Amino acid sequence: MADSAVHDVPSIYEPSLFGTYSKKIGMWLFLLSDSLTFGALLYAYSYGRISLGKDWPTPFHSESIVNATIMTAFLLTSSLTMVLAVRASVHGDAKNQRLWLLATMLCGTGFIVLHGREWTKLIAEGLTLSMFPAVPGQEAASEFASVSKGVPQFASTFFTLTGMHMLHVTLGVIYLGVVALRRKFIPILLGLWLVAWLATPVYSPFHYGAHVLLIAAIVCGIILWLKPKVYDSSDVEVAGLYWHFVDLVWMFIFPLVYLMSAKIL
Amino acid sequence: MDTVQIALAERAAEEQRHHGKALFFWVWGALLAMTAIEVYLTYERMQPTKMLTILLGLSFLKAALIIGYFMHLKYEVSRMKWLTMCSVIACLILMTIFFFPDARRIVELGVK
Repeated sequence: MADSAVHDVPSIYEPSLFGTYSKKIGMWLFLLSDSLTFGALLYAYSYGRISLGKDWPTPFHSESIVNATIMTAFLLTSSLTMVLAVRASVHGDAKNQRLWLLATMLCGTGFIVLHGREWTKLIAEGLTLSMFPAVPGQEAASEFASVSKGVPQFASTFFTLTGMHMLHVTLGVIYLGVVALRRKFIPILLGLWLVAWLATPVYSPFHYGAHVLLIAAIVCGIILWLKPKVYDSSDVEVAGLYWHFVDLVWMFIFPLVYLMSAKIL
Repeated sequence: MDTVQIALAERAAEEQRHHGKALFFWVWGALLAMTAIEVYLTYERMQPTKMLTILLGLSFLKAALIIGYFMHLKYEVSRMKWLTMCSVIACLILMTIFFFPDARRIVELGVK
């Protein structure tokens, strides 16, 4: 009775079950399901670690820890710039909203570049997966070659977990790019794809991974062509929820994967 | 968006207009400080179990700050807060119940 009364007479004061708009609830539900994906990956990593006990490798030297700390600072700063973008959007300040979104994308890109550089270094040192192409001139006695052979769970869980997170950050940067620049972002994305594809050697996983940018450019192009719109403050807020989630997940990956596997001499 | 959705989005935006910038800078500073503590502990080479406990404690604290302030969950209605957080925590507890005893069993009994 009460329900039908509410639905028959729509009012701007109609109460929502969760007190907010449906786009935001949809994003929260997606993030809850995604948190279980990352939860399962983190549990798989921890399972391997507990099962192997002292045999678990500790390959991250001081240089890796410093690199991962800078990456963390980039992500935390990007969360601050994101929240400032949301704040600018609710105040109707379109110029600052775009600037803060671009700053967030810049921090996210910095994170991806540093992470990619670290992956490249680890792969060159022998920490690799069988699905990755062999690095030419790589010595069998390189530092992590024995780790990849002796404890394959380490490389598998490390690359899956951090790769999944890197993919999320990449998609987040693209999402923010579409919200901030709309159609103008598509040629930029295609340019980034070409640079990433041509600038990485054939044996790098990023050479083929760069095609994610091409696929994203096609998908975003179709979406923007079918449903062109000016993104309002609710869109910026929902994009912000996704971005903060990516930051949140890293708050667990950083200590569990890097700090707990550090070899400080 | 229909009228109701626009009204709800506008109400959410109106609530956020009252949040000061300073609060976000404080949260960001706290997150950076906790990260610095984590890295410091790594260089201190603590006993692994003790270090894991502290690191996980700090991680949950950082997660709470991000969810509460940056994701604005603190300002949502109670139903939203409880349903989202309880459901995800319940799933993670279930994973813990199934994963960890098994992982420890391998350590204690060995793989047959």
